[in-house]
Amino acid sequence: MSDREAMLERLAELEAEHANAVSGGGEKYVDRHRKRGKLLPRERIELLIDEDSPFLELSPLAAWGTDYAVGGSVVTGIGVVESVECMIVANDPTVRGGASNPWTLKKCLRAAQIARENRLPTINLVESGGADLPSQKEIFIPGGELFRNLTRASAAGCPTIALVFGNSTAGGAYVPGMSDYVVMVKERAKVFLGGPPLVKMATGEESDDESLGGGEMHARTSGLADYLAVDEHDALRIGRRIVARLNWRKLGPAPASSYADPLLDPDGLLDVVPTDLKVPFDPREVILRLVDGDDPAFDEFKPLYGTSLVTGWARLHGYPIGILANAQGVLFSEESQKAAQFIQLANQSDIPLLFLHNTTGYMVGAEYEQRGIIKHGSLMINAVSNSRVPHLSVIMGASYGAGNYGMCGRAYDPRFLFTWPNAKSAVMGPEQLAGVLSIVAREASKAKGQEYDEAGDKQMRAYVEQQIESESLAFFLSGRLYDDGVIDPRDTRTVLGLCLSVTHNAPVEGAEGFGVFRM
Amino acid sequence: MIRRLLVANRGEIARRVFHTCRDLGIETVAVFSDADADAPFVREADRAVRLPGMAPDETYLRGDLIVAAARESGADAVHPGYGFLSENAEFAEQVIAAGLTWVGPPPEAIAAMGSKIAAKRLMSEAGVPVLPQFASEPDSDDPRAVAHDPPDTLADAAFPLLIKASAGGGGRGMRIVRDPDDLPAQLESARDEAQSAFGDPTVFCEPYVETGRHIEMQVLADTHGNVWLLGERDCSIQRRHQKVIEESPSPVVTPELRAELTAAAKAATKAIGYVGAGTVEFLLDVSPGGQMRNLGAKERPELQSRREGAREGAGETARGGDAFFFLEMNTRLQVEHPVTECRFGLDLVAMQIAVAEGSPLDGEPPEPRGHAIEARVYAEDPAAEWQPQTGTVHRFGVPDVDARFGRLLSYGLRLDSGVEPGSEVSPHYDAMLAKLVTWGPTRQAAVRRLGAALARTELHGVRTNRDLLVRVLDHPEFRAGDFDTGFLERQDLRTPLADDRTTHVAALAAALADAASRRVGGLPIAWRNVRSDPLVKEFVAEGRDEAVGVSYRCDRDRLVAVEPDDVEVLDVSPGEVTLAADGVVRRFAVETTRETTGETAWVDGPGVHVGLRRVPRLPDPAAYVATGALLAPMPGVVVSVAVADGEVVAEGQTVLVLEAMKMRHTIAATEPGVVTAVDVRPGQQVEAGAVLAVVTPEGDET
Repeated sequence: MSDREAMLERLAELEAEHANAVSGGGEKYVDRHRKRGKLLPRERIELLIDEDSPFLELSPLAAWGTDYAVGGSVVTGIGVVESVECMIVANDPTVRGGASNPWTLKKCLRAAQIARENRLPTINLVESGGADLPSQKEIFIPGGELFRNLTRASAAGCPTIALVFGNSTAGGAYVPGMSDYVVMVKERAKVFLGGPPLVKMATGEESDDESLGGGEMHARTSGLADYLAVDEHDALRIGRRIVARLNWRKLGPAPASSYADPLLDPDGLLDVVPTDLKVPFDPREVILRLVDGDDPAFDEFKPLYGTSLVTGWARLHGYPIGILANAQGVLFSEESQKAAQFIQLANQSDIPLLFLHNTTGYMVGAEYEQRGIIKHGSLMINAVSNSRVPHLSVIMGASYGAGNYGMCGRAYDPRFLFTWPNAKSAVMGPEQLAGVLSIVAREASKAKGQEYDEAGDKQMRAYVEQQIESESLAFFLSGRLYDDGVIDPRDTRTVLGLCLSVTHNAPVEGAEGFGVFRM
Repeated sequence: MIRRLLVANRGEIARRVFHTCRDLGIETVAVFSDADADAPFVREADRAVRLPGMAPDETYLRGDLIVAAARESGADAVHPGYGFLSENAEFAEQVIAAGLTWVGPPPEAIAAMGSKIAAKRLMSEAGVPVLPQFASEPDSDDPRAVAHDPPDTLADAAFPLLIKASAGGGGRGMRIVRDPDDLPAQLESARDEAQSAFGDPTVFCEPYVETGRHIEMQVLADTHGNVWLLGERDCSIQRRHQKVIEESPSPVVTPELRAELTAAAKAATKAIGYVGAGTVEFLLDVSPGGQMRNLGAKERPELQSRREGAREGAGETARGGDAFFFLEMNTRLQVEHPVTECRFGLDLVAMQIAVAEGSPLDGEPPEPRGHAIEARVYAEDPAAEWQPQTGTVHRFGVPDVDARFGRLLSYGLRLDSGVEPGSEVSPHYDAMLAKLVTWGPTRQAAVRRLGAALARTELHGVRTNRDLLVRVLDHPEFRAGDFDTGFLERQDLRTPLADDRTTHVAALAAALADAASRRVGGLPIAWRNVRSDPLVKEFVAEGRDEAVGVSYRCDRDRLVAVEPDDVEVLDVSPGEVTLAADGVVRRFAVETTRETTGETAWVDGPGVHVGLRRVPRLPDPAAYVATGALLAPMPGVVVSVAVADGEVVAEGQTVLVLEAMKMRHTIAATEPGVVTAVDVRPGQQVEAGAVLAVVTPEGDET
């Protein structure tokens, strides 16, 4: 099977997983929802965003590999509304009434982080039955952050808008409560702290949904609703009008007004990237398929030094960008020093950075330890950690060990991190990890003077290898929100272009200082 | 020598006359109403004089103002064009009295033909066959006698009848009466219409020729007694008695018949001492067996009408198989004059001017060559009783035009147009936008070229009769030359050229072009990393009621059609979309116009020209308030309702009373009309903006 065929197979699997997420709570609940005359979350988003504009859905595989429905019963993503890039969060009421489970929470918190870091207005399309009660222990206490985030966003000058399509009760009532603008759909929105049974129990008062939390009541009496929409379409229309009047300005510099397509066809990425991670590939083949076809398209920095890391300057959809890409997998001292210098240069010039991962980690061995690989690796990690320009990470292949850190893995807060379907990430490769365990076990039994169980070892190694393998795969990592999504390599340029545009809602300014560099 | 000529007209004919003036080195003066201030003919004139107002009777029918305009602008001649004052003898006299050169026939000749009754009488005396005329007083010598025979005095055989206005033209005041019982009422209404249209209620009746052909002869006479006959034009394709397609020669006129028509037209011209360009119109009876053959009578049929008279012997002039009858003489240039110009290689306007300057017609008229045919493009809706349409012409592109207004030097396409892109079609004047004329070696060649030119014309902004014209030119009976004035009545050719499938594909093209126009930077249109529902757009095609929906999605970096799903998207840009459907690649040009009424995509492609009104994605519910709706100004309680459904109310009349904030607010009709809805009852709480009642304005029942 060619690399292309292998990748297409993975992409077909990805599409199937996406379709699974899109199907929400399944046919029965989708039909029921539609019969009520309601729109599905993605239909609401389609009507909310500018016609024919792109939509970058985030964390679509959230909860993959868990007991919860893929997608986390919420759709998040960045869409353009009245020419303003907005973080859109839409509950999926077809999945257990849109109730929040631990993955919903994680996904919503990630969306809030992106909105905060990139200064995006947030639009919540609310219709949720509240917390998934059986898993409340994992969501109730940390979930308070959701509401805190809303008001902090507001304080930071990032508008928050809630369009309430249905239930938004109990804790959920604080989503509209904490938003700058609230639109409620007539006869559909239901926003109260306690419903009729709870009120009856608490105070003995007889009441009904409408008087406790109907849209009419909130628009005319409580004032919680700023706008009363006659139906869902009207709510979306009003939401668009609100954004149109935000007087939103992007604080980052504008991109070049015109730019060329890449010199090489992005489609070729399927041929360039081997699915077997042991086979190295030249990242320049990738870079020329991602960046604008300027002449030259890519100005390489320090091309003769630390050659297993490629660094250089380019533009992507008109935005200047600095690129760090692994070439031979292993990071040595030279690569680390080169990276640290390059990152500082980007910060001097306020240029966003793109990390293209394909690394097995920092070099081990006596020679390298003695030459200070820890110091130099730390140098690189220091630079990555304290750099203030936007970082974008794409895991093209391997992302193992501290290489994941140095190349701005999830814990280093890249503004966005996307994974290709063939990518793997773990502390080390499955074989190595199983091998290490085997050696350690062998040593232990030897120390105890016991005979080593070779058959058991073989079984253990196979089991561990298989477990680590499955836990290093893209879908699994994406399911745990360790990335913002698994993407088709051919879409990478588009995704990065959208992300760069999004990051430029915030000022793009390099760091004033870094941590103490060990030299 | 005329130095500076004023055209007492507007639109296409003004441009036509200016064109010749420029050729001749004559300066041009336009007069224009306020509605025409920005019209092409005004821009093209060397000088222009404003006629304040909009309506014709304030502007183009004001002879006094036009003569004054000629004086102010230093014009030394006036060309009346056609319509408006072109056949107004009084105006001709005013022009001449003002010392200006009148580019038209002598006022006496105009007057002689001004009354159709008198004209028929005159022609009959000159030996030109005329249709019998039914008059109330058979012995009366009064040519203005109004025919209103009591029904019982007219035999059934005299029906169907045609009522005509004596002072009329353009189909106004005409009535076909098939049932004797209807005659009195129809006479009455025809008289009313004639009075309001022409200021003269005189009407008369003729036998109605069911299968007649309208054949007219072009004449040109100078002041030296020379008369040229420039062949016939067949103008039998008509709607509501108005010509739509005209051609020359007529497919049914034989050389023998032509000789007779020529002789008759010459006799008519000489009988009234005609000078200038004019047209003698005849009705040619082509019914099987010649229903009217025996009706032709040169002996004053209006004096012998009645049942017996209506069946007398054939006129001597009606030999040759078909009988023809004088209808009227138009003492002016005709709309369809380019047809004759093409065949004879003449500039009739230049010749009018030469005659007005006293030049003689030199020798014999040139020999005609080939076949010429004209189609009139009207802003009208054939499917809605030919209702005139108004709006802005956003684009008017006729492909491969060989000449504009002027003579064709070789076989080809001529365009005489009153509009340019951006022109407003106002409700004040005639809705004709342009004339397309083709000239070819044969009828087949000219007809095919004209049909193709019309089919490829890009015309955005207003609905027109273009599709109908294409259908007529493509019709087997028309192609065979087998048609008469009832053709459009019998044939239903009003459906748009594009069928449902083509309209659907065109709508897809509109949607994709719209998508391309929204592209930001180099990012793919409508890109999604997670595929969900396709994007949907809905349009309503002009002339249709139900919306047509299309959908598509982005497949990484290109657009893929979802509905219709058997169309391949090859290329997309804001102005052009290339699609492959049913194995055929077609390019569609798309232009989108935005007006207060909404957004319309105009799609032009092979076999389709359609305006597609976009159905808004997120309509504002407030926009759906019906005209005449009375809204609650604030939340309140309805105290009383003073009107009932269907009641006629005057402006300011109380419709209901609302109590709000302890104050009583009277809700009154804002204009006179009929209460078509009362949505509230006393005691009802209403919110601000709620529709309380609807008063449909008078005359707006639709």
